[in-house]
Amino acid sequence: MLDKLQMYFQYSLVWYALIVGVLIALCSSLLGVTLVLKRFSFIGDGLSHVAFGAMAIASVLNFTNKMLLVLPLTIIAAVLLLRTGQNTKIKGDAAIAMISVGALAFGYLLMNVFPSNANVSGDVCSTLFGSTAIITLNKNDVFLCMALSAVVLAVFFIFYNKIFAVTFDENFAQATGTNARLYNLIIAVIIAVIIVLAMNLVGSLLISALVIFPALSAMRVFKSFGAVTVCSAVMSAVCAFFGIITSILANTPIGSTIVAVDVLAFALCCLIGHFTAKA
Amino acid sequence: MSEQIICKNVTLGYEDGAVAENISFKVNKGDYLFVLGENGSGKSTLVKTLLGLTPVLKGEISGSVSHKEIGYLPQQTAIQRDFPASVWEIVLSGCLSKCGLRPFYNRAEKALAKSTMERLGITNLEKRCYRDLSGGQQQRVLLARALCATGSILLLDEPVTGLDPMAAADMYALIEDLNKNGITVIMISHDMEAAEKYASHILHLGDNVFYGTKEEYMQSDAGRRFLNVKE
Repeated sequence: MLDKLQMYFQYSLVWYALIVGVLIALCSSLLGVTLVLKRFSFIGDGLSHVAFGAMAIASVLNFTNKMLLVLPLTIIAAVLLLRTGQNTKIKGDAAIAMISVGALAFGYLLMNVFPSNANVSGDVCSTLFGSTAIITLNKNDVFLCMALSAVVLAVFFIFYNKIFAVTFDENFAQATGTNARLYNLIIAVIIAVIIVLAMNLVGSLLISALVIFPALSAMRVFKSFGAVTVCSAVMSAVCAFFGIITSILANTPIGSTIVAVDVLAFALCCLIGHFTAKA
Repeated sequence: MSEQIICKNVTLGYEDGAVAENISFKVNKGDYLFVLGENGSGKSTLVKTLLGLTPVLKGEISGSVSHKEIGYLPQQTAIQRDFPASVWEIVLSGCLSKCGLRPFYNRAEKALAKSTMERLGITNLEKRCYRDLSGGQQQRVLLARALCATGSILLLDEPVTGLDPMAAADMYALIEDLNKNGITVIMISHDMEAAEKYASHILHLGDNVFYGTKEEYMQSDAGRRFLNVKE
């Protein structure tokens, strides 16, 4: 088994996949706690469907760099979803469901009406479930991913205390002079960037798992926001690492393998939480 | 300078309509103002307006204290009940507005959070998780956070709702103590008995808006009616 690993590690493509995978997992877990608590667990799903729809539009319009359309559209959707925070008329889950299903339908419709590729269902499948894309990364993709991850991490670190206050009690934060709207906006933009990044790794259907599993697992075990955040980031990165290694060794699809590892980690954390609560 | 908040002929409400009209009152330093009224009489809207979350539709609010200096104790939201946060993190977050653009808390803010926790007797809870606390303890934590945000005026939105009688009595005693130490208190409440016991002034929202001292209120029609309902 080790021989096999060693052989694979001679290829830079495998390294690229590992770097990108771990970075994306790390970033996507950061805001997980915030999202889960704000009842936006499904935002990963919703926004990735928006990204899917945008991708379809970009294909139809023959964009060479699809990101130019996908990223702005996803950011706009994220901002619309999170803008009003707790005080909306259409609650979080309903709003996400609407946007998610709508965008998915439009995307699929467009792909069928204007097929850019003979294999429409194959296209759809790989966009949804993540494809071999991560194995075909080139150096520029890796650099782009590293740069964006660095920005996401830095922004999260700088605004950590603000994000905590706005998540815990938006009205209090706003009342005492913190610009809650601005921070909601920042959160939304970060999420959109992460999701567009993550689409390449696990595909749109499995992004939710990357966002919520580490956060939920960490919340079983730890009791402070700081500890939960650090733990979920570390756990997410570790799970992604082992997920990718496993998928290489066992020749399984990368996205679903990572999520399977996340599920296992969650079960483990539930057990740990169960026993520490009794002790 | 002692007039911290002055409301003149204020109309409360949202874009789609007024909830309450022509409300005038003053809050002086050291007052203990009870805001009474039935559901839907505009109590919550008054809170939001005082805090600057909802714009004033008509009239004006002035005074020596801006809405950012009001320490606010909100009603609990569903999010908070399962939020993984330690007591320390929550109390400290009351200092956030003092940070401005600085990303992290400085020593003075941490010291303020520490001393506030001592003052409210929750130092021993520092590392505990907020969601594991009893209702009374949770309210103390939120009160500590509000005190970190202000040194002068507290706005409490039904702080004893859902507490058992013992914890509620504790809470009232604590608030009375803070008030005696010079902190102005505005309390939104249904609790007529507590108002009788603690209030210095009363603002009654509803069809006939009343504002005055507690003694005046007891003599007024609105007060008598409210008392009769209770008995």
